[in-house]
Amino acid sequence: MNDLYTLGEPLVDLKDPGGPIEDRWDKRRFEAKLVSPANRRRLSVIVIGTGLAGGSAAATLGEAGYHVKSFCYQDSPRRAHSIAAQGGINAAKDYRNDGDSIRRLFYDTIKGGDYRSRESNVYRLAQVSESIIDQAVAQGVPFAREYGGLLDTRSFGGVQVSRTFYARGQTGQQLLLGAYQALERQVQAGTVDLHTRHEMLDLIVIDGRARGVVIRDMITGEIETHLADAVVLASGGYGNAFYLSTNAMGCNATAIWRAHRKGALFANPCFTQIHPTCIPVSGTHQSKLTLMSESLRNDGRIWVPAKAGDDRDPREIPETERDYFLERMYPAFGNLVPRDVASRAAKNQCDAGHGVGPTGLGVYLDFVDAIGRLGRSVIESKYGNLFDMYRKITAEDPYQVPMRIYPAIHYTMGGLWVDYDLQSSIPGLFVIGEANFSDHGANRLGASALMQGLADGYFILPNTINDYLAANPLSPGIDTSHPEAVKAATAVRDRIEKLLAINGGRSVDSFHRELGSILWEHCGMERNAEGLEHAIGLIRGLKEQFWSNVRVTGHDEELNQALERAGRVADFFELAELMCIDALNRAESCGGHFRSESQTDEGEALRRDGEYAYVAAWEFTGLGTPPRLHKENLEFEYVELQQRSYK
Amino acid sequence: MTVKTTAGRYGRALRSSVVLHAVMAVGGLIMALYLVAHMYGNLKIFSGQAAFDGYSSYLRTIGEPLLPYSGALWILRVVLLVSVGAHIYAAFVLWHRARAATGGKGGWRYQTTRNRRGVQRSYASFTMRWGGIVILLFVIYHLLHLTANVIAPGGASESPYERMINGFSIWWVVLSYVIALIALGFHLRHGVWSAFASLGANTSVVRRRRLNQLAYAVTIVIIGGFLIPPVSILMGWVR
Amino acid sequence: MNITLRIWRQQNHDDQGRMVSYGVDDISPDMSFLEMLDVLNEQLTLTGDDPVAFDHDCREGICGMCSLMINGLAHGPEALTATCQLHMRHFADGDVIDIEPWRSNAFPVIKDLIVDRSALDRIVQAGGYISAPTGSAPDANTTSVARKDADRAFDGAACISCGACVAACPNGSASLFLGAKITHLGSLPQGQPERDSRAVSMTAQHDAEGFGGCTQIGECTAVCPAGIPLDMISQLNHDVLSGLTQPGGQ
Ligand SMILES: Cc1cc2nc3c(=O)[nH]c(=O)nc-3n(C[C@H](O)[C@H](O)[C@H](O)COP(=O)(O)OP(=O)(O)OC[C@H]3O[C@@H](n4cnc5c(N)ncnc54)[C@H](O)[C@@H]3O)c2cc1C
Ligand code: HEM
Ligand code: SF4
Ligand code: FES
Repeated sequence: MNDLYTLGEPLVDLKDPGGPIEDRWDKRRFEAKLVSPANRRRLSVIVIGTGLAGGSAAATLGEAGYHVKSFCYQDSPRRAHSIAAQGGINAAKDYRNDGDSIRRLFYDTIKGGDYRSRESNVYRLAQVSESIIDQAVAQGVPFAREYGGLLDTRSFGGVQVSRTFYARGQTGQQLLLGAYQALERQVQAGTVDLHTRHEMLDLIVIDGRARGVVIRDMITGEIETHLADAVVLASGGYGNAFYLSTNAMGCNATAIWRAHRKGALFANPCFTQIHPTCIPVSGTHQSKLTLMSESLRNDGRIWVPAKAGDDRDPREIPETERDYFLERMYPAFGNLVPRDVASRAAKNQCDAGHGVGPTGLGVYLDFVDAIGRLGRSVIESKYGNLFDMYRKITAEDPYQVPMRIYPAIHYTMGGLWVDYDLQSSIPGLFVIGEANFSDHGANRLGASALMQGLADGYFILPNTINDYLAANPLSPGIDTSHPEAVKAATAVRDRIEKLLAINGGRSVDSFHRELGSILWEHCGMERNAEGLEHAIGLIRGLKEQFWSNVRVTGHDEELNQALERAGRVADFFELAELMCIDALNRAESCGGHFRSESQTDEGEALRRDGEYAYVAAWEFTGLGTPPRLHKENLEFEYVELQQRSYK
Repeated sequence: MTVKTTAGRYGRALRSSVVLHAVMAVGGLIMALYLVAHMYGNLKIFSGQAAFDGYSSYLRTIGEPLLPYSGALWILRVVLLVSVGAHIYAAFVLWHRARAATGGKGGWRYQTTRNRRGVQRSYASFTMRWGGIVILLFVIYHLLHLTANVIAPGGASESPYERMINGFSIWWVVLSYVIALIALGFHLRHGVWSAFASLGANTSVVRRRRLNQLAYAVTIVIIGGFLIPPVSILMGWVR
Repeated sequence: MNITLRIWRQQNHDDQGRMVSYGVDDISPDMSFLEMLDVLNEQLTLTGDDPVAFDHDCREGICGMCSLMINGLAHGPEALTATCQLHMRHFADGDVIDIEPWRSNAFPVIKDLIVDRSALDRIVQAGGYISAPTGSAPDANTTSVARKDADRAFDGAACISCGACVAACPNGSASLFLGAKITHLGSLPQGQPERDSRAVSMTAQHDAEGFGGCTQIGECTAVCPAGIPLDMISQLNHDVLSGLTQPGGQ
């Protein structure tokens, strides 16, 4: 081991109920302590985030009668980034009678995650998936339907069954509106206090338990402390560490990173997902990347010019001079190989000089054959909205000219470590949705994030949190004047003052952009020890520069977007370093994490189960001191480990 | 600001803009129906003085002996008066609310002077309020002229037929009438479609088009029908 | 291209506010409108000025956060396009572009181009939901929904709650927003039991927030990025009137 990190105790207390996998969730619910309805009103829960996970959790806890305080940084809970999910949500309903089952969804998820997730959690996710669809339909989510009036499904992300429910290309929006409306119903009922344009900047831990948060009112700049019996983080993923990603501009890691600094373990930070079908970068001004649904790969064919540097109009390049590289390399799956495989192949083509478009970072996704075969109207009905979106952004007509696509950061499988109860290593701190690491291992299957967020929020957390609340209420007499609360608030104020005082020569965004390009270069689609070590050095240097040369305009007691961003970017620096350390530690290739040192002779990812079949959970030991690695060994009783192959 | 109780909401909804618009729509449609009848009556001018004056007194005997002399006409007048009153009342309350909602400036509340006309609004749709006032002023003038005969350009008379002939033989009387009718035309063009939409009848994009076509048709029939007698009188086709 | 911007600057709610001119140079036609503003803000930051505050998040036209009045048009000149989806290629070198916040008394300005749209959330709180507590739902295929009803519901549910309809409406009405939600929930069998009371309550809240009434001008539909049609307002009117006239409506 090197001086970048140290090794700690393995993690053993996972609260896994044990026994036959089908019965574990039942068992856990039965064994959990309950809180009587009359007592719930006196117990309060803070929920950070109003996405699918946080919105559904806050609504459900409110319905149960708890006093909930809900926070989000946008001006309305309905704008959480879950709103942007397009493709769909999985559920093991087997409405198609095509051989789907809870067992199969469980199996697909474990395999898709390249055997780096926990069996018990994933099985429970598959079990709960059915209820999510029921719940959403009852709330009025307008899922796509067959002419007979029953729910339609499609197949997604390379699985062989049709289990993905969808609402046109706006599934996330519709599911989120369901959760949002349920949440607003509770606001009206008085069980949920909603705080929009409020950002969590720190966690308050009292006597070893999470008891509150420090919040900045983003309009007035006031620093508030809120206490509660338990805290739930549902603040989403950290893909924005890369600056350019398909995430919303405001997505951030501050909530989870601050909790990490207060003692919550951070698991598998290097597991990030890259999505192959995004619209390529058009210039240095670019602020974000736009995803186009993976479903495009069902009919589009991906190719590059066979000759490097060939910059003819794609329509003029004859068939014989095109390289349909996915079809060539993976004859069995062709254009439908999983996201990580497709992404890396595209990158390799571009690196070899075959990339297309003004920046050379793009490959063609061509619909000419599909239009010829099915007719323009069929293509239009299937993908019309995506084609329109593409045209809006690029001013090119994909019915005429092949689309250009390039991979982009899209999702983060890593997140705060949680046990079976979704409780982090800090008692009383629960983490749900993309913010935790729980179910997707090293790679997430399409349409499974929405499922996980809602499973956590509607069904799992509201059951497991009772057990904690029943036994661990906040001691009476503790209020916001408690020294820990005061200390946390003071630290937040000090940090804000420090940021404002630097008054250097570079904007926050310019630092963020540079950090992003370091990560993309060295901790993106392909990683190796040398690059990662180099990146860690660069990140440290840049972080130092940031703290001495950033310019944050304006002042503290007002709406100050530069200040908001500065705080988030400062946390991304620290997280980025840990991502690289984690990636360096994991000297195997698995899922979205490809280490060039660990590949087969054919250049495919090579997993090393003997050494790395564990969850890497990192402990914060202080700024400037190396983090400590705790391993949670993964045991597979129900699934046999295999090397993935798509040849 | 949140309306909490069910009863509170019900009461608030009763006073809502949606309800005021419904009131306005019903009042407006009643007036429009009245205008169709009125126009039909005016066309009797071509049947000669006896028929026209006879029609005028016939109106007063409708419903006899169930109703007293002039009874039906009075009922009609009351209904009309209530419609007009309700329509105008609602119009002013809604105008006030729209002003309050936009800092008193309506569509002109932005600093920029570009696109003040918006993207697709019709001339008719944003002149409803001032157009309505023009119509109101005209109606008063019109009643004073042809009903009460207090104002009598061209000479007063006991005979409604003569009042018409006397008045509309003068070019500027006709001109004022035409101007008022144009204002009325714009008002009806948007008003008729809007009334149906306010009452919930606009159920699809196709229906929206149909209702607008209906509004055009009603407008053309009413305005055309009203224009024929005065123009004919001025041109000397009726005397 | 080089562009002159005239932007509404207002330090906070109590400040008077005024239009201020700025120049931005070397704007690429491939930039989005918001990226052009990013360029301006970078420039302002380096000269020590306060960057222009504007709302945005997803930058892909779905979250409803972005909200700019561009040359007097809500979300700018392109139909069915939110501000964040608008690109600079729709402008020309040398253009002067006026940028203002949404204006409505129900949307107080917070700072520069940012307004407070929480009134829309309060309208939803008043009844914009189907009461279906978690766990109470029957199997999803128990009730079949005719495809045309599901489609109609979706068309209404596509509203992104941006408030452009209010900004564009000469009456300052939020009827299109409200009608969209009423149509979404009222078109589904699951939404029927609360259909009348929902329409009544949400309308009461809409008016209590100080939004104006609808005179069917349709300016809202011309700027709506989600393509919500005007007939959804008529649906709203219908449901409110039937809600108020139902026996026991109270
Ligand atoms: C473009 C795109 C398409 C996708 N498509 C699919 C798909 O088709 N199927 C699928 O299954 N998954 C999809 N995903 C993934 C999926 O959408 C997300 O993983 C999931 O929605 C995350 O939900 P969440 O509730 O965990 O977080 P989010 O929805 O991101 O919510 C985070 C919440 O936390 C709040 N928050 C964050 N930080 C703070 C703070 N410091 N203080 C206060 N509040 C804070 C935010 O305001 C927000 O309310 C897609 C993702 C993207 C980006
Ligand atoms: C004092 C005179 C009048 C005023 C101030 C007035 C004003 C208005 C206003 C402000 C509207 C609202 C616009 C809209 O809803 O789109 C309206 C609508 C309407 N008006 Fe008038 N009006 C007047 C007279 C008349 C007359 C004489 C008629 C007779 C035909 C009429 C028929 C209508 C109709 C049918 C509508 C549509 C109602 C609705 O929108 O629901 N109005 N009027
Ligand atoms: S109806 Fe259209 S314009 Fe109005 S809030 Fe919804 S999406 Fe925006
Ligand atoms: S920023 Fe999300 S819709 Fe424009």
